[in-house]
Amino acid sequence: MSRPPTRRHRAVVGAVVAVVLALVIGLSGCQPQRTLTVLAAASLTESFDAIADRFERDHPGVTVRVSYGSSATLAGQAIEQAPADVFASANQSTMDSLADAGLATAPVRFATNTLQIAVPAGNPGGVTSLADFARPELRIALCAADVPCGSAAAQLFERVGITPRPDTLEIDVKATLTKVELGEVDAALVYRTDVTAAGDTVVGLDTPEAAQVVNPYLITVLPQSSDAELAGEFVELVAQGEGRRELADRGFGPG
Amino acid sequence: MSWPTAASGRAEMAVAAARAPVAVLVAGVIGVLAMTVPIVGLAVRAPWPRLPMIATSPATLGALGLSLLTSTVATAVAVVLGLPLAQLLARPGWRPAGVVRALITVPLVLPPVVAGVALFAALGRTGVIGGPIHTLTGLALPFTTPAVVVAQLFVAMPFLVLSVEGALRSTDQRFGDAARTLGARPWQVWWLVVLPLVRPAIVSGAVLAWARAFGEFGATITFAGNFPGTTQTLPLQVYADLQTDPERAIGVAMIMFAVTVLILVLVRQRRAPVW
Repeated sequence: MSRPPTRRHRAVVGAVVAVVLALVIGLSGCQPQRTLTVLAAASLTESFDAIADRFERDHPGVTVRVSYGSSATLAGQAIEQAPADVFASANQSTMDSLADAGLATAPVRFATNTLQIAVPAGNPGGVTSLADFARPELRIALCAADVPCGSAAAQLFERVGITPRPDTLEIDVKATLTKVELGEVDAALVYRTDVTAAGDTVVGLDTPEAAQVVNPYLITVLPQSSDAELAGEFVELVAQGEGRRELADRGFGPG
Repeated sequence: MSWPTAASGRAEMAVAAARAPVAVLVAGVIGVLAMTVPIVGLAVRAPWPRLPMIATSPATLGALGLSLLTSTVATAVAVVLGLPLAQLLARPGWRPAGVVRALITVPLVLPPVVAGVALFAALGRTGVIGGPIHTLTGLALPFTTPAVVVAQLFVAMPFLVLSVEGALRSTDQRFGDAARTLGARPWQVWWLVVLPLVRPAIVSGAVLAWARAFGEFGATITFAGNFPGTTQTLPLQVYADLQTDPERAIGVAMIMFAVTVLILVLVRQRRAPVW
């Protein structure tokens, strides 16, 4: 149409937009009534996705939203009163930081994890043991010392008396794993569950001393939760119910 | 009044502002608040007693030096590569201009972390260009200081290019024509006539690019990694500090803010229309 828009055209378009907006806003209110927000360590990604699905099937009308990241970052968010219901950490010290802030109501240990060497498929660097982490010509990725997998790695290297020469210190374990998946580093030290989750692009190498450095995973309901009872049911699923099988299937040890 | 001066400019702006409708002024004030309240909040939460120690700690000084070095180098390279690119885009009737301009805009829109992944795909050890180079020479770009410069360059250069291209388009062609009739060769015309005409846009584009490079985080931490002294720039150090000592992170953020404001004030121009 080549005529300029008349007042009537604009009225019609305006009415259509108003109706569409009303529908969208109105229908959005038809979402499930209850949402459960979980803050979980990055290494729990695959298992908590499965547990969240299970929880939603068992509780119709509930949506579970999980936010994954470095345990320390998420603990900080919880301390800043982020509107979350449940917090799951990958080590004791981040849960302790919550407890110091008075926010860990009753932490429960629900799983353990140990470290494993991760190399890209094909092992381009010819890595066989932890001693290779000291080779200067290799590209090595480690977790930063302040995050759970980094402090576990530091303990492990101390036990075996090796000083690693990393090229990058990543802020969470998934970022470390990504470097291996992309083939940009020759080796990294991540959790065994991450190696399992990465599939064919990453190969895991066991190291006997790794079994001595165990990361405990803890979960708690947060006091700022708007539905403590529902949150408690989620914690129960993770720590005592079917969640334990989901975790074990992906390589976690028992709590 | 012959040349517009700073004082007359301010007087004109004051008169113009007084004439603006109230609603516009109110919205403007809200805009100012939206931009400055977070900084004020940061200043309120900052650990002022600790700031001198944080500012002089080896870790922070190292990160600051690295940030200043890499962002300056990245801006310099952006100028060297970006000015010719802007000139290409500004040529009247250059048919690929639309597509090239859209491609130049991509780093502005792409999430920086995705830009980091793209840099891996091109220049990483297994990348399209980086792969053959690594096979031939054993050299790899990721996790080095030059990688920081490359990451910053990728996200910051579009600011310079788009700023200068706009100015080049609006310069009067006749100055260049006059120079040519007087015997100037094309290179002399470009260097001595065209570029000086767009100097304000070059400066403001370079300042924007520098500021973007200085604050760059996502592409840097993805492509260059995070290693103190080599690749941990100030933004990366803030992020790392947030894991263990959030108060220190706020302190480093205040230092970043102070350095940025200092440099932007030093580079500000008197007569520029944009900055």
